[in-house]
Amino acid sequence: MSTASIPPLGGTVTVGVPVERAFRVFTASFGTWWPAQYHIGQADLAEAILEQRAGGRWYERGVDGSECDWGRVLAWEPPHRLVVTWQINGQWQYDPDPAHASEIEVRFTADGPGQTTVELAHRYLDRLVDGQALRDGISGGGGWDAILELFAKAA
Amino acid sequence: MGTYRDAGLGLLGDPTRRAIFELLARRPSSVGELADRLPISRPAVSQHLRVLKDGGLVVARAEGTRRVYRLNPDGVAALRAWLDRVWDEALTAFQKMAEDPELEDP
Repeated sequence: MSTASIPPLGGTVTVGVPVERAFRVFTASFGTWWPAQYHIGQADLAEAILEQRAGGRWYERGVDGSECDWGRVLAWEPPHRLVVTWQINGQWQYDPDPAHASEIEVRFTADGPGQTTVELAHRYLDRLVDGQALRDGISGGGGWDAILELFAKAA
Repeated sequence: MGTYRDAGLGLLGDPTRRAIFELLARRPSSVGELADRLPISRPAVSQHLRVLKDGGLVVARAEGTRRVYRLNPDGVAALRAWLDRVWDEALTAFQKMAEDPELEDP
């Protein structure tokens, strides 16, 4: 079975504000609306931060000061488009390898002067699986056979 | 992989089940440990765990005399189910904040 069949997630909302404000609230004010119960670190969430530039970090800071990366900013195109990676895998851990990163694309489209449609797509979840399978293959004693098998599947 | 199952997606709609799932995301736990942190009985915890297990989101392992539950580490079924909830709630929260006149333009 091909893991590339994992369907993307996401959703669409329409907000009654201009596209510039929608983009700024989504990014600059990320920490004000992100639901605090959704975090990865052991500590309760103090702050969720999206750095406003391509290459920036996307991460959480716990109440104990610990930081936990979620991903990186890949595309920073205000006020219409934002692409960030999501690198938390099924083990609930940050995988620093960009090849194993899933991607979240957010598009902001002006429907009029005071209304914006925001579409969010979280895709390439299969990359998270492949990264995990590779590691499992190594730690599980599968060794190179497992890796080659994965390579063959991917090729 | 054969480990990806769409069946898990709807299972986190129940708030108690979601609470159990999120506790397990932070730390593998026994039924007793979960019951201590939730306002429900052990049998109720067990019942929710069975549903999560049948849906492929959690797995159980015997450690000595107790059974320890954790998120299913195979594939991303559990992560995907969790993210599905995340995006749903996050977009709703974003919409509210964007339209909140109290929030000055950032």
